[in-house]
Amino acid sequence: MDLFEYQARDLFEAHGVPVLAGIVAYTPEEAKAAAEKIGGVVVVKAQVKVGGRGKAGGVKVAKTPEEAFEHASNILGMDIKGHTVKRVMIAQGADINEEYYFSILLDRANRNYLAMCSKEGGMEIEQLAVERPEALARIAVDPATGIDEAKAREIAEAAGFPEELHANLVETFLKLWQVFKKEDATLVEVNPLIKTGSGGLLAIDGKVSLDENAGFRHPEHAEFEDKDAADPLEAKAKELDLNYVKLDGEVGIIGNGAGLVMSTLDVVAYAGEKHGNVKPANFLDIGGGASAEVMANGLDIILNDAQVKSVFVNVFGGITACDAVANGIVKALEILGGKATKPLVVRLDGNSVEEGRRILREANHPLVTLAVGMDEGADKAAELANA
Amino acid sequence: MSIFINKDSKVIVQGITGGEGSKHTARMLHAGTNIVGGVNARKAGTTVKHKDQHGAEVELPVFGSVKEAMAETGADVSIVFVPPAFTKDAVVEAIEAGIGLVVVITEGVPVQDSAEFWALAQSKQDANGNQITRIIGPNCPGIITPGESLVGITPANITGKGGVGLVSKSGTLTYQMMYELRDLGFSTAIGIGGDPVIGTTHIDALAAFEADPETKAIVMIGEIGGDAEERAAEFIKNNVTKPVVGYVAGFTAPEGKTMGHAGAIVSGSSGTAQAKKEALEAAGVKVGKTPSETAHLLREVYPEREEPSNL
Repeated sequence: MDLFEYQARDLFEAHGVPVLAGIVAYTPEEAKAAAEKIGGVVVVKAQVKVGGRGKAGGVKVAKTPEEAFEHASNILGMDIKGHTVKRVMIAQGADINEEYYFSILLDRANRNYLAMCSKEGGMEIEQLAVERPEALARIAVDPATGIDEAKAREIAEAAGFPEELHANLVETFLKLWQVFKKEDATLVEVNPLIKTGSGGLLAIDGKVSLDENAGFRHPEHAEFEDKDAADPLEAKAKELDLNYVKLDGEVGIIGNGAGLVMSTLDVVAYAGEKHGNVKPANFLDIGGGASAEVMANGLDIILNDAQVKSVFVNVFGGITACDAVANGIVKALEILGGKATKPLVVRLDGNSVEEGRRILREANHPLVTLAVGMDEGADKAAELANA
Repeated sequence: MSIFINKDSKVIVQGITGGEGSKHTARMLHAGTNIVGGVNARKAGTTVKHKDQHGAEVELPVFGSVKEAMAETGADVSIVFVPPAFTKDAVVEAIEAGIGLVVVITEGVPVQDSAEFWALAQSKQDANGNQITRIIGPNCPGIITPGESLVGITPANITGKGGVGLVSKSGTLTYQMMYELRDLGFSTAIGIGGDPVIGTTHIDALAAFEADPETKAIVMIGEIGGDAEERAAEFIKNNVTKPVVGYVAGFTAPEGKTMGHAGAIVSGSSGTAQAKKEALEAAGVKVGKTPSETAHLLREVYPEREEPSNL
């Protein structure tokens, strides 16, 4: 889960990372009040989870609360690379002397963490990495030991900072490591980390990504969820604990296992090429235990997608055998009753497949078509969506 | 032959008394796995009753620790079914005890926990500098050497022994591919898991299949996210002489959305299915558009047909 800048700022503050005052505002009035509270020059910053907001006009300096009101009025509702600005952060103005870069992230390829640091902050790090790779220090961090004082010093030295800044940098890096570690982050980035006129360090803009698998030990992270950005069907699916991603297409998909469902989307997209270019409408993994209730909830979500014209249920019976899945489908259709209005193509293979198919044949539901094999099922579902 | 497990593997179950652990202990026994006990510190000294492959009752001892279980039974493989909050401790315990293989089925393990137990496993080496504990998973279906041993949750009755080696990030795609190629049979099928940080990689499995005389051809299944498939492609080009075919899931996955598996996400332009397919094809690996086409490609390169011995 990626956080907004103001959320990252709050986490930084909670872990003692030096930050300036910052208050989130949803309306121009709130922006004005925040500017009054902070006092002096403030910066009105669009809160969007995408880069390049400065160039898009999403960051403006305000000398007075009235100016903050005005800028917020312009920025709120603005579209930045497809993201509508729904909130701004009113940030205290900073006295910037130099701009640096620092990040800690999960390095999938090496199965450890990577700290990156540069004296040349401010610009996009991808750009810096390409244009001036020698200016970006990359130091591997052992997950068993993390960033201790020696490692923090190694990072500061590798980035080529002058000795007199080391003590201050080491202290800040250690605090940012605490953010990474204690919050179960997969990314903590500060860009820019600035040196002020008086020589102190401040984290001016931050990006934080949190590991959702670690949510059980961070119930407070639930507050960071951007509920109004979520698709309404995705939000509903999440409430029902379903693994659902809304896509732009006509063939609803239900399957078991993430890999098989991803594969099903692809196979349906290929089949769609022959049937008016219909596409998969969603990703929905009902997991190993495909109970009738889970199946009903899943079908309910998919049938509520107005774009959906047909549904492809693609299940390989493993732990939950096909007879249980078939019973789940039959019961789900009973539960849904009149709400089930779109044709269902069902492909079952694996454990107890004959029994599963028999159950569906005997139920003889007018909406259900049985398919042999994944390719045939995808083709049939695409054809029905194009009918 | 096979890779990583065989009929002699002595297996303990961490979390043997829990719901999942209990259910799958029964299934693994039924598949012929030599399960010698389980671990649950709070129920040490008790036993659990199950039925073996032939329906005879077996009483399995529950030990207080992996170390004790290994000392009492000679176990060399552990399978972990404990919930995410306790998985790190369970795996650390298995590593500290020096077990040869730990298979972590649990889904939803925080990635920092995985990174930490992986770092620990890497730090424990024998006199020859080889890592003592191999980890498979987390968030995986485990491993099966059909007819010999199942250490995982893969349905054991899909197919029997044969010459296909399979390595996959996905559980159900593993089952699907075993089903497609059930007439050929498998030496070993291993699900390495869909998390961002996993123990055994595609490359580890490819190297083992290359060295395994029983494996005649290899199917490699990948999915969006990370660059494991690209690195595997490079490895295949330089190190694998046996025929390999590939499949990659997630061509239609949108950018920035996690598709079920924690690691299955396209970030910006990295981790796409297209890039993985191209990397594999550049390494001479034929990549199927669908699982059935992939199975067809495997048949084309499979050296000789043999009936699986124990369907």
